[in-house]
Amino acid sequence: MERSLTHIALFAALIAALGLVPRLDLAAGVPITAQSLGIMLCGTVLGARKGALAVLLFLLLVALGLPLLAGGRGGLGVFVGPSVGYLVGFPIAAFVAGWVMERTTLAPGWAALGAAIIGGIGVLSLFGILGLALMLDKTLIEAAVIALAYLPGDIVKAGLAGLITQSIATARPAALLSRAG
Amino acid sequence: MLTLTSPIDTRLHPVRAGVKLAALALVTLGLFQIASPLPLIGVALSLGVLHIAVGGLRFAAHALRMLWPVWPFVVVVGLWHLWLGDLAGGSVIVLRMLCAIAAANLVTMTTRLADMIAVIERLARPFAFALPPRRLALAIALVIRFIPVLAERMGHLRDAYRARSAGRQVGWRILGPAALAALDDADHVAQALRARGGAE
Repeated sequence: MERSLTHIALFAALIAALGLVPRLDLAAGVPITAQSLGIMLCGTVLGARKGALAVLLFLLLVALGLPLLAGGRGGLGVFVGPSVGYLVGFPIAAFVAGWVMERTTLAPGWAALGAAIIGGIGVLSLFGILGLALMLDKTLIEAAVIALAYLPGDIVKAGLAGLITQSIATARPAALLSRAG
Repeated sequence: MLTLTSPIDTRLHPVRAGVKLAALALVTLGLFQIASPLPLIGVALSLGVLHIAVGGLRFAAHALRMLWPVWPFVVVVGLWHLWLGDLAGGSVIVLRMLCAIAAANLVTMTTRLADMIAVIERLARPFAFALPPRRLALAIALVIRFIPVLAERMGHLRDAYRARSAGRQVGWRILGPAALAALDDADHVAQALRARGGAE
């Protein structure tokens, strides 16, 4: 009971902390934020249910007015902005990533890579593109072109989610809650 | 912990949070019914006047700065509609988006965190069978407490990495240890909570 609560809260804090890290140079020359990496890790490490709840808790704090999104954004305004689709997709992406992680028997690193690609890139882009199309009054194809800008960074982050999940599985197998059950 | 609540005291600060949120919902719904640029320019101007009226020029300037992060979208939509030759359509999209964001930011800037949390607790009360309000409040408090702790820990990990490998870029390698440390913290806090009588 307490353990689920603290895991959800601490990973919500981790997503926020990853957004505060000043321009962690994840890949040479590509200044990408680690925040959506945090979303992927919520799913691959905590599993579907807890991962999605951690992301929802994080979004609740953003809505309450804490500047926790990358670049110090937050408040109610971001939920009527053009990237609202990505915010709606965050918890669903974490859930799907966790679900994939729980359902495969692959080695944790490869499973997490697949989970991050399906949940963190596929599902998240789907919602992001729908949001862009609705908010900017574009067709889905046009919105997809705008969303392409995020793709190179997302691929790097999915790879990192795989590596980090694998390193957690190696260092402390019992800590990988998505594989605990 | 910093919040986006404006330190400049405005006339909207004492208004009840629930009232402001309800008004915001109505304004946002209304905005999406407007489909021509002229009324939207009117809304934008009256929002500007409202900002100055409740909080003065400095408050209004601060609110304007909070709109800055959406500029890439304004540029994309602007160029797109310039190319299509549909200026009216483009300006409706941009103005509507800016007005909706500005109105939402105004509520965020004039409502204290404690008042927002009180609204959430009240809204969550009917769902108490699934999510006890006290547990939700505890979770919110834990996140707010642990964000600076985790950020500081990441700073330590980065310094340690630099000390070991001078000249090399500190990259993603600290993220694994950072996630592990968060998992450990979660276990310790869970134990501490249980020792004090549990999370109920």
